[in-house]
Amino acid sequence: MTIRLEPRTAIPRWLSPALTIGAVAVALTISGAVIAAVGGDPVASYLHILNASFGSVGVLSDTLVKATPLILTGLACALAFRMRLWNIGAEGQFLLGAWGASAVVLFPLVPAGTPAVILIPLMMLAGMLAGGLWGFIPGVLRARLGVNEIIATLMLNYVALLWIQFWVFGAWSESGFQQTKAFPDAALLPRLADFADAVPAFAGLTVHLGLVFGLVTAGLLWLFLERSRWGYEIRLIGDSPRAARYAGIDIGRRLIIVFAISGAIAGLAGMSEVSGVVGRLQDRISPGYGFTAVIVAYLAKFRPGRVIVAAILFGALILAGREIQPSGVPAMIQGIILFTLIVADVLVRYRVRIERRVPVAAAASPPAPSAGG
Amino acid sequence: MTVAPEPTGSPVDSLAVEAIGIVKEFPGVVANDHVDFDLRRGEVHALLGENGAGKSTLMNILAGLYRPDGGEVRVEGRPVDFGSPRDAIAAGLGMVHQHFTLVPSQTVTENVLLGLDRPRFLLHERESEAEIGRLAERFGLRVPPGARIWQLSVGEQQRVEILKMLYRGARILIMDEPTAVLAPQEADELFGTLRSMTAEGRSVVFISHKLGEVLAIADRITVMRRGKVTAAGIPATGATKAELARLMVGRSVLETLERTPFEPGDVVLSVGDVIADNDRGLPALRGVSLEVRAGEIVGIAAVAGNGQSELAEVITGLRPCGGEVLVRGQPVANRSASTVIRRGVAHIPEDRTSVGTAPNLSLTDNLIMKRYRQPPVAHGWLVDESSARAIALDLRESYRIGAPTVDTEVRLLSGGNLQRAILAREIETKPGLLIAVQPTRGLDVGAIETVHRLLLDLRAKGAAILLISEELDEILALCDRIDVMYEGRVVGSFTAADAEIGRIGLLMTGGSEADHAPAEAAG
Repeated sequence: MTIRLEPRTAIPRWLSPALTIGAVAVALTISGAVIAAVGGDPVASYLHILNASFGSVGVLSDTLVKATPLILTGLACALAFRMRLWNIGAEGQFLLGAWGASAVVLFPLVPAGTPAVILIPLMMLAGMLAGGLWGFIPGVLRARLGVNEIIATLMLNYVALLWIQFWVFGAWSESGFQQTKAFPDAALLPRLADFADAVPAFAGLTVHLGLVFGLVTAGLLWLFLERSRWGYEIRLIGDSPRAARYAGIDIGRRLIIVFAISGAIAGLAGMSEVSGVVGRLQDRISPGYGFTAVIVAYLAKFRPGRVIVAAILFGALILAGREIQPSGVPAMIQGIILFTLIVADVLVRYRVRIERRVPVAAAASPPAPSAGG
Repeated sequence: MTVAPEPTGSPVDSLAVEAIGIVKEFPGVVANDHVDFDLRRGEVHALLGENGAGKSTLMNILAGLYRPDGGEVRVEGRPVDFGSPRDAIAAGLGMVHQHFTLVPSQTVTENVLLGLDRPRFLLHERESEAEIGRLAERFGLRVPPGARIWQLSVGEQQRVEILKMLYRGARILIMDEPTAVLAPQEADELFGTLRSMTAEGRSVVFISHKLGEVLAIADRITVMRRGKVTAAGIPATGATKAELARLMVGRSVLETLERTPFEPGDVVLSVGDVIADNDRGLPALRGVSLEVRAGEIVGIAAVAGNGQSELAEVITGLRPCGGEVLVRGQPVANRSASTVIRRGVAHIPEDRTSVGTAPNLSLTDNLIMKRYRQPPVAHGWLVDESSARAIALDLRESYRIGAPTVDTEVRLLSGGNLQRAILAREIETKPGLLIAVQPTRGLDVGAIETVHRLLLDLRAKGAAILLISEELDEILALCDRIDVMYEGRVVGSFTAADAEIGRIGLLMTGGSEADHAPAEAAG
């Protein structure tokens, strides 16, 4: 018996979304089986996850806080992936962005007492520049020297982490602890809770302005990818680099720019995290947002709007990680989801055929030499 | 421990392979139209034909890569139905492809053993190496067994491919244009190998479009043209180059084309002494000069791989070169492709599925490829969707592009419709110069006629057209002047009036004028 994959000639419109939802369902079933196998109750666990992430306004707000960096890093990945640039370096670009934003406060690049209206935009700019630089490097390496971008971005993640550690253990260390001193209030993104005086219902809600960055970036990216001339070029390069070259597009230059923008968006995520959540720079500001972003972008089929939805789902999973023991369960679910998604991606393009293997020659020829032709 | 089973004594049938009534269709093309072919034990049987004639399709069917839509294949008298190349190899039939399938970082021995069931687990490298060495010696395949593939020349790599097949016990070897990548001396060595194989009773199918070497190596010759056999297994002794050339490029009944009188205008394209390398870094153009005037179609007649593809790329800014390329007096050599597009040069590329179009993008996206930078499609830095759509709908209508909607991904279109889309896009840029490379390859008759009519319309509007084609009929029917290219040089020039298919065919395939008519001087 053999299994053959046959390319589909026509792909029905419903197939891709149906398979994506199916993939998540299968992943949850497999994860449920694993939970059951170790003696847990899968239904109760899933209900618990739901409750812990969407059960009240308070936890919903926490979910959105976790989703914010995922939206931005997910958008960063989606942009690069559109062009078939496998930027696995959103994690490092995120960290560099956090570092750049912190540098504005800690060097300091601006005098103490600078008001938020100036400080926050400066931090955003610095974060995006630093993250952009971290995307620019693998971009140039790939465009000019043909260096594989997966390896380059993956390795640069470690360089970024060491770079952060160099500063938080060294020059910026707060009396020897592996973190910097807390940022001044002017360097913190406003949170809903900050307006509790005016609107009492906002009390305790941690959602911060970074969420708006994410939503606005998604909107801009949609415009850029789906409506602009550059978006058209990116689609063309992503689908057939040779056709793009034939159409007169300078692929190398586009590649570097896209990588730099992708890095800048991930850098903005880093800025939003130090300024909106942590309030200082630490070496452990990311539980792997930049890696989860790869799955988010994939789940969203590289569409900016869907990135928001996927990021909120994964934000919920990360949040639930605090609630579920062992805490590896959400990470396992993430991994299985990525796996089933990749399978679904193959199934969109190919039809699976299972065939009984026919013995060669015997199929058409008579079984015995005596038999007639 | 013999590796390759010796060919067993002649069974009832002395035919090694027999293909009867093979039919294979691809979307929009009949690649094999009831083809018969037979291979005798111990012979070299050459399969001759232009690119797209259906030679490779037929051989891929024999080697188990494709399944035929109709017909029967027999190996040593028994009907077979191969599901994969593995099945073919098991039946003693192996194919050496033009593009090698070797692992560069592994040794010759490792590559030969790759994918085999034995040795089961441990590699007895030394033993296998000795075995392979003996096999290589027996057939004159000089190659160091311990060397890594990347250290070997192309000719040596080909020997490894042959060794792979022999080691697997292939009694029938199909060689797909083996000399295309070889230096003349390497080709001679290959011929030696093939002869020592046939001396042992093995059989060889030799695919080629070079007449000289076919006559040198083959016992019998089958000629294919447009999916059909035009000469079946004629003996090589007694065949002449002129006759083979005619069978190969033929003279089929083409549609009658209305041509406006030839009124050449100013020189639009002027190529002066251009040299360029191919993708492997070997010289592809060795000093080509030609001119194309407004209102004129100049044809480049050449067999694939003689520099004509590189010439098209040089002119369209896709390949660096030495020498001079002028479009309306302005230099375009070594400028970017977008500069060349701006100078009014349109291009129908040879590879329509991944260069001429982006397969997974919509028809609309593909139709605006050359004009998304200018209004009305460009709206500032945005693409104006509605105007792009309007243009696509209009072109689909006026060029009769058979696509269900303008949002259809173009990979779902047939070859003819894809080519209509490309022509629509290129012609609508109102080009001063069009470079058309193999514009009708693989198309059916209706689509070919459309393409020809569009090219003539464009000529009537005063555009200069450079038509690169292996179809001599097409060139003779469309062109006002014809340049023949062979091995990177222009080896002959004709006007439509003095063009003669036999002479052109000979020049294309490396023959000299002397082969045709000793009295005539070279063209």
